[in-house]
Amino acid sequence: MKGWTLTFVLAVVFGLCVGPFYWLAMAATHANADIFSWPPKFYPGDQLMANTAKLEESIGLVTVLGNTLYVAVVQTAGAIVVSLLAGYAFAKFTFKGRNLLFVLLLSTLVIPSGVTIIPIFEMMNDIGLIDSYPALILPSLSVPFGIFLTRQSLLAIPDELLDAARIDGAGELRVLWRVVVPVMRPVLAALAVFLFLGAWNDFLWPLIAMRTPEMYTLPVALASLLGLAQTDFGQIMVGTAISSLPMMILFLILQRQFISGLLAGATKG
Amino acid sequence: MTLTLSRPRERARSRRSFVTRRNVPYLLIVPALAGFLVFKAYPILAAMYISLTTGAGAARTFVGLDNYVRLVNDPLFWTALWNTGLILVVQVPIMLFLALLLALGLNSASVRLRGLWRLGVFMPSLTGLVAYGVMFSVILRKDAGLLNWLLSFFGVTPIDWLGSPFWARISIVIALTWHYTGYNAVIYLAGLQSISKDLYEAAMVDGAGPVRRFWSITVPQLRPILALTVVLSTIGTLQLFDEPLVLTGGGPDNSTLTISLYLYLNGFRYFDFGYAAAIAYALTLIVAAFGIAQMRLQKT
Repeated sequence: MKGWTLTFVLAVVFGLCVGPFYWLAMAATHANADIFSWPPKFYPGDQLMANTAKLEESIGLVTVLGNTLYVAVVQTAGAIVVSLLAGYAFAKFTFKGRNLLFVLLLSTLVIPSGVTIIPIFEMMNDIGLIDSYPALILPSLSVPFGIFLTRQSLLAIPDELLDAARIDGAGELRVLWRVVVPVMRPVLAALAVFLFLGAWNDFLWPLIAMRTPEMYTLPVALASLLGLAQTDFGQIMVGTAISSLPMMILFLILQRQFISGLLAGATKG
Repeated sequence: MTLTLSRPRERARSRRSFVTRRNVPYLLIVPALAGFLVFKAYPILAAMYISLTTGAGAARTFVGLDNYVRLVNDPLFWTALWNTGLILVVQVPIMLFLALLLALGLNSASVRLRGLWRLGVFMPSLTGLVAYGVMFSVILRKDAGLLNWLLSFFGVTPIDWLGSPFWARISIVIALTWHYTGYNAVIYLAGLQSISKDLYEAAMVDGAGPVRRFWSITVPQLRPILALTVVLSTIGTLQLFDEPLVLTGGGPDNSTLTISLYLYLNGFRYFDFGYAAAIAYALTLIVAAFGIAQMRLQKT
């Protein structure tokens, strides 16, 4: 009996957490006028295609999705490579200044992002990169959390494994590619998901750095709709649902990696 | 045998001419280091200089500590500091307490479908800022909002969540709690699962009841993780920005203006970079002071 009571309480909490997502998906299928009718609509309507068409017309949904995907993929791939290389160096080599450098890299985690955003904006403005994708991608390639995570996982790989490959005549890059990368694949996958979602959802910096509406990423394009006098919530709900989709899909497929990645960041950090 | 072995070794050696075991660590950290120097170290120092100036570009002039003097005398800065502190003191304890309860529930063996519940409560923490903002501005609407609809079953008359200073602050607390409770619960859950079962069994043999077991085993064993979440949540809330930006814009009547939002408004609404940089450094000092104080407290 006690188990069922507890299960019921947890189900209610689950409803409070997931309910808004469900309602969002339902709202995307209703016309603007019906979305805020009383009581709230928890069943699907027939306006999904109409809302999507309106969204395509107002922000260029297809273009904007392409932009967002491009930025997120390039940024994720770049940050993965940078993290893996640096994490490998910090975990498996001894060199002058190693510990100092590692602490320096990690110490930037505690600096509020408000400190760096103004100088980075001025820098990008001075070299003419404002309103370009490099302005979005470049500042996010060196990720302290990624370096930390890869280093921690690499520490668990025995040195003998690497030395065995070296004795067999493999060069350093070959060791990295043939031995380290395969072993690290689950960690890199988890890191990639985190980085991808971060880039996909990034809002403040793209809002400041981008000017041309055709080059907007999805969050910035959606926010530009919110400011309008005649806000059409039907299309905004479609856009919001689409922007939440990758998160849902990736999370459902990879929930184990998600949680282990979160814990690596939290309990050892 | 020796012949076939030596061949790949020689091939590899010739390729190794540039990348050697000695220089390889330096080559490996070059990209990370470059990113760190250009987008972290330099901006941190540049922001320090900018905070001592006024104007931008060619019109930038050095004004010494003027921005900091202005900051100390700026009633809006103190309002922002007060609001941030108030939300911190109210929200963090509530959220972490709920997270601990939730983790205990999720860890209970008698609960069915534990994986599903865990999945659901973690989801809010993955929501992007804009999606989150859209959802909550709708949830908190006075007419036909989801929260007022839920409360109507308990006979509560519709509340104007974002319209009054008091309720706007409560709204920020509710939104923050929805956003991060599950995240903290999952961290606690991992901590709970790593506590050895033997401890509980020994306590049961000694006749300790569930409440006693909780205070004498669970809490002390979980202490490092509890401490960590307190520090992380405190630092995160001191930098509170997303919720006021998307839900209230700092209003009404500056009741939800936070330090980070004030920083953003000065920098990118009024383009007063010098003053914004001074606010950023003030915030850094506050965050550092809290971080150090909490670590000191936890050591004693």
